[in-house]
Amino acid sequence: MRYAMAVDTKKCVGCSDCVVACQTENNVPIGFCRDWVVEVTDGTYPILELELRSERCNHCDNSPCVRCCPTGASHYEKGGVVIVTHNKCIGCGACIASCPYDARYAHPDGYVDKCTFCLHRLEKGLLPACVATCPTKCMYFGDLDDPKSPVSVVLKNRKHKTLIPEAGTKPQLYFLI
Amino acid sequence: MREEIIVSGRMNPNIDPFLHIWHWQIPLYLFLGGLAAGILFFAALFYLRGKENEYRASVKIAPMIVPILLVIGLFALFLDLKHKAYFWQLYTVIRLQSPMGWGAWTLMIITPLAFIWAALHIKEVFPKWDWKYQWLKDMEVFFQKYKKVIAWLLAIYSVILGVYTGILFSAFNARPLWNTSILGPLFLVSGLSTGAATAILFSKNHEERKTFARIDLLLIAIELFLIVHMFMGFLASTQVQIDAANLFLGGPYTAPFWMLVVAMGLILPAVLEALELIKFKIPVYIPAILVLFGGIMLRFIIAYAGQLSRWLY
Amino acid sequence: MSNRRDFIRISALGAGGLAVGIPAFKSWAGGLIDPERMVYDGMRRTPTYCEICFWKCAGWVYKNDQGDIWKITGNTEDQHSNGRLCPRGTGGVGMYTDENRLKTPLIRTTIGGKQTYREASWDEALDYIASKLKGVIAASGPESVALFSHGSGGKYFGSLLKSFGSNTNAAPSYAQCKGPREAAFLATFGEVVESPERIDIRDTRCLVLIGSHLGENMHNGQVQEMSDAIDKGATIITVDPRFSTAASKSKFWLPIKPSTDLALLLAWMNVIMGEGLYDKAYVEKYTSGFDKLQAHVKPFTPEWAYGITTIAPEMIRETARAMAHAAPAVIVHPGRHVTWYGDDVQRLRAVAILNALLGSWGRRGGFYRPESITVPEFPHPHYPAVKKGWRDLLGDKYPLADQPVANAIVDLSRPSEAGPAKYKAWIVNGTNLVETMPNQANTLEAIKALDLLVVIDTMPMEITGYADVVLPECTYLERYDDIRVSPHRKPHFALRMPAVKPKYNSKPAWWMAKQLAEKMGLGAFFPWKDIEEYLGWQLKQMGSSLEEMQRIGVKTSERPADDLYFAPDEDVEFSTNSKKIELYSSDLEGAGFAALPFYTPHEEPPAGFYRLIYGRAPMHTFTRTSNNPNLADLMDENSVWIHPKVAKEWALTNEQYIYLKNQDGVLSDFRIKVRVTERIRWDSVFMVHGFGHNQKKLERCFGRGASDTQMITKVLVDPSMGGTGMRGNFVTFVTDNGGAKS
Ligand SMILES: Nc1nc2c(c(=O)[nH]1)N[C@H]1C(S)=C(S)[C@@H](COP(=O)(O)OP(=O)(O)OC[C@H]3O[C@@H](n4cnc5c(=O)[nH]c(N)nc54)[C@H](O)[C@@H]3O)O[C@H]1N2
Ligand SMILES: Nc1nc2c(c(=O)[nH]1)N[C@H]1C(S)=C(S)[C@@H](COP(=O)(O)OP(=O)(O)OC[C@H]3O[C@@H](n4cnc5c(=O)[nH]c(N)nc54)[C@H](O)[C@@H]3O)O[C@H]1N2
Ligand code: SF4
Ligand code: SF4
Ligand code: SF4
Ligand code: SF4
Ligand code: SF4
Ligand SMILES: [Mo]
Repeated sequence: MRYAMAVDTKKCVGCSDCVVACQTENNVPIGFCRDWVVEVTDGTYPILELELRSERCNHCDNSPCVRCCPTGASHYEKGGVVIVTHNKCIGCGACIASCPYDARYAHPDGYVDKCTFCLHRLEKGLLPACVATCPTKCMYFGDLDDPKSPVSVVLKNRKHKTLIPEAGTKPQLYFLI
Repeated sequence: MREEIIVSGRMNPNIDPFLHIWHWQIPLYLFLGGLAAGILFFAALFYLRGKENEYRASVKIAPMIVPILLVIGLFALFLDLKHKAYFWQLYTVIRLQSPMGWGAWTLMIITPLAFIWAALHIKEVFPKWDWKYQWLKDMEVFFQKYKKVIAWLLAIYSVILGVYTGILFSAFNARPLWNTSILGPLFLVSGLSTGAATAILFSKNHEERKTFARIDLLLIAIELFLIVHMFMGFLASTQVQIDAANLFLGGPYTAPFWMLVVAMGLILPAVLEALELIKFKIPVYIPAILVLFGGIMLRFIIAYAGQLSRWLY
Repeated sequence: MSNRRDFIRISALGAGGLAVGIPAFKSWAGGLIDPERMVYDGMRRTPTYCEICFWKCAGWVYKNDQGDIWKITGNTEDQHSNGRLCPRGTGGVGMYTDENRLKTPLIRTTIGGKQTYREASWDEALDYIASKLKGVIAASGPESVALFSHGSGGKYFGSLLKSFGSNTNAAPSYAQCKGPREAAFLATFGEVVESPERIDIRDTRCLVLIGSHLGENMHNGQVQEMSDAIDKGATIITVDPRFSTAASKSKFWLPIKPSTDLALLLAWMNVIMGEGLYDKAYVEKYTSGFDKLQAHVKPFTPEWAYGITTIAPEMIRETARAMAHAAPAVIVHPGRHVTWYGDDVQRLRAVAILNALLGSWGRRGGFYRPESITVPEFPHPHYPAVKKGWRDLLGDKYPLADQPVANAIVDLSRPSEAGPAKYKAWIVNGTNLVETMPNQANTLEAIKALDLLVVIDTMPMEITGYADVVLPECTYLERYDDIRVSPHRKPHFALRMPAVKPKYNSKPAWWMAKQLAEKMGLGAFFPWKDIEEYLGWQLKQMGSSLEEMQRIGVKTSERPADDLYFAPDEDVEFSTNSKKIELYSSDLEGAGFAALPFYTPHEEPPAGFYRLIYGRAPMHTFTRTSNNPNLADLMDENSVWIHPKVAKEWALTNEQYIYLKNQDGVLSDFRIKVRVTERIRWDSVFMVHGFGHNQKKLERCFGRGASDTQMITKVLVDPSMGGTGMRGNFVTFVTDNGGAKS
């Protein structure tokens, strides 16, 4: 099993609902976030292009954050989900420095926190909160090993990219372009 | 025009708009670690070469401060932890891929060794010292028997410690400035150089001072070579590493780095030491202190600038 | 918003074809289900419908182990939300947790020569209001009491007014918002567009957005359906001087010169009629006035429009053909906030006519026939007859207005040469009039002349600072309100109930209105014990029960007839004078206005000034959310969008703070951040409405960003229905305000 997410940049409107939904679902304190939305504009008026991307931890297959963690607090869970066990984390910040995507933050309670792919929901058969809330339904989630899962289907049918593949982290958050 | 913004207002403290998760604690910790490694390395080296009496300052006196350096360093590291109550989790696992883990375990081993080494020489340095308890005296006798083994261990672990202080940064692929294999040797050499400078500071023996001035000159030369090499490597690499190098070549860290580290911390002490060697009268502590100062600045600047350097997408 | 990184990468600017169709995922066997149908973790959830904007999505409020509100999600049964709220609805939690909320009733008093508020008990505050109201009614008649309301509680205060004989129940959602659209569609089709708009975006093949900035305007159902339409490969045409989010999703973006849309619309008609692209059978069967229209649009060629709109003639032709090609599954979107230039009814008439020519009204992928349910009135005595209503007070002004015109009521609250003020007391519920009405000086003068101003609000917004009495309402998460009924594809209704007890000393509107009625001797008009009795009775009449609705939140039924769209050859009688779709409007003609739309040039910015255009940010609603902790976290100030060339000319840099000054010399109270962006034309600037609060008690948003309202001193009133056109204002930049305020 390999969980992955795909975000359709052609449908995303940058509303940031995914960010609020994550914040309330996961009790992310105000002033912090596990996901965020990037807007890139290219060109000169009136020949313009806009890309909107909802970003979060890429749950990399080859995660530097897991590798550099001295306590094993950062680890892989089933489906390749990268998780931080809060009471094993010493808050050394190594994983934060190791992530090329700046996907982690230091929770005010001391431990390091980040997107969990809403593992607690996956376990109950629910989609991640951001995916379930997105008003444009532009996020696809599922198991890459299952060719019928929404994310597999959409990746088969659509052109896509990942962020900084050069960093060699093998990210599992895809952007449909 | 290309415009890239975060529309959801992401402003995670210590992450945005650029990383600043590590403050003074980590560079201080790395400096003290490197300095300790340098002192211990020379202590072990000259002891094993049977020069403990000619090189009394480096083998016996300077190591007295190492336990203090290490304790302060570890305390700085502890202060850096954001989840302090859980620090013991560091010692529940050995994770070979984690530089932080390497450092924790290396210090776990070298710190007691440093204490033992200091203890073995404390009576010589402070003749009035009394261990008070019999069991402590027994322990001293016991370790005296294995002093050679301890010296070997110190030699090996001090190199590991010295290299580690650089590897801690260079393991971070995510920060292009740090992501160079030169940081390991550079920090090791810098640590040895600060160790040599400390020996000079403590030494009253002209010969010893001269030897260490020569050693230091050589180390500074290697350091300068490594720095040049590092920048050449960056400039010949990808855009992100060119951007990283540019932090020092016209960017915000240009003046601090070239003035404080290279000019004041390397070239100036090298010139002074060279002058001293050709019999000019220079107060010894000046170049030594400059070297130590350069060593601190190097770590601080690399730590801070590295957090500014990033991948772009 | 934060600036991320300053990096210019050379990248190919290809056409980047839009999404290819992807199968919809109804269910994924063995996989995860979408969205939560089951009660999450066995937690107690209560139904609500959202009060953060007027789309009124139904959803669920979940509580955590401590019994406090945890999160809000959409109700999958609901046609407004389809189980997905927009960011503001999801962030609705912040309306409840905001520690700056109004906490207890306040009465204005003078202490030591200084006016201030003192805390009062409910009894005291309501007694005070009741006796004041009675005094006003006795002295100036019941018609001198006006209600301004933009929110659920308005229902109850409306009943209160009716029970003493006033019918002035004005909402800014008419003359500041969709009024011109409703007047234009009423004149054309004999029906209004309604809210939610009766547009079938889901099944459309061509969506034409004129200004409507869906995606920033987060009216949920429309945004969701636009996304479906993208998936299905629909052609989107966006007309906007700004590269809006919607424009970025469009096949055609027409970067029009602001204020010239009518010329474009006429040219489109010219092409569609000239090239015979209109739906001939439909036009023949359902419309009247075709010949007059044809003759009228003859001169309005794309070449003519080019000179006015700056849109190339070929582009006008190509887009007209694209619409016709998709017809009748085409929507020329009627817009919502359409009070722009004072000739808005005319512009919206052109939109309505264009839709008629394309045959989209009553057709799949165009405009469907909404269906709704009526809620029976709880039995009560007959309301007294209205002797003098708002219509009488308005006289012959704004003949096309079929709802109270808020700005006219403001005007009539000021004494004038014609005599004393006609309105003496205002009850203001859920509308921040100071920031909502253009021309603040006018609003404030009217307020000054009042005998009584009662404000019912949840937050210490600007309007509360002028009140004689402030009544703190509890948030929508802490109260019952009327049953939500709304026109949609299928008839349905929704319940809002309290998830938690009201915080502080706040109360729901229904309770306040009932108490006031009782104190004024009008208790007979509120003959129910409490809201549960009232709702329970209504729901029972509707074939449900309070208990059932508490459990399911939304109840949907099938349409009584299969008539979502016109049947082929169906004979349709339109509610217009001619019983046809009136391309040539007899209503307008009868009222002395042009029966066919025409283009009027509007004033252009003077040298050194830029047209102020404003709009929405997806994560905020007007002024009501700027202090919401969750939403302020996403965006805590607005910025002024400036074209790079203009920025260069003024030596302005990104993120720099400046002040704005308008054509009448009004300087913004607060500074605003510059956003240098290619997304805006060089003759205009753009900002999001709702920021620049000057009420210090709003600790999170006070002084953050600037207020567009403050810059809107010139109002272009539509003479036909009173709509307040607000886009005829121009601003310039002030980098140093001479150490004035802030
Ligand atoms: N997130 C969010 N969504 C909302 C609301 C909210 O507060 N927040 N409010 C809701 C309400 S009540 C309403 S009425 C709607 C309003 O939303 P809309 O009906 O979409 O409002 P518009 O005035 O059409 O939108 C402003 C757009 O018009 C463009 N514009 C400005 N001048 C011109 C012009 O001369 N010609 C043309 N063609 N375009 C122009 C601007 O660039 C901007 O993109 O939004 C609703 N949705
Ligand atoms: N300058 C400018 N003016 C505009 C617009 C614009 O874009 N620019 N847009 C126009 C449009 S389209 C519209 S629809 C109107 C909207 O006008 P309003 O509805 O007046 O808009 P808000 O600023 O959201 O003010 C809502 C008020 O209701 C309060 N409130 C929120 N929830 C509750 C509640 O549950 N109970 C009570 N009692 N009060 C509550 C809020 O605190 C706030 O004071 O504004 C119009 N005016
Ligand atoms: S909720 Fe969906 S549409 Fe909105 S920003 Fe997130 S991914 Fe984009
Ligand atoms: S995105 Fe960052 S935090 Fe997430 S798995 Fe990859 S490296 Fe780790
Ligand atoms: S901060 Fe926590 S999770 Fe991150 S590397 Fe350190 S111990 Fe591991
Ligand atoms: S998957 Fe869950 S944790 Fe990750 S961003 Fe989405 S809501 Fe947040
Ligand atoms: S569109 Fe958003 S703010 Fe408006 S009612 Fe729906 S969820 Fe609430
Ligand atoms: Mo509106």
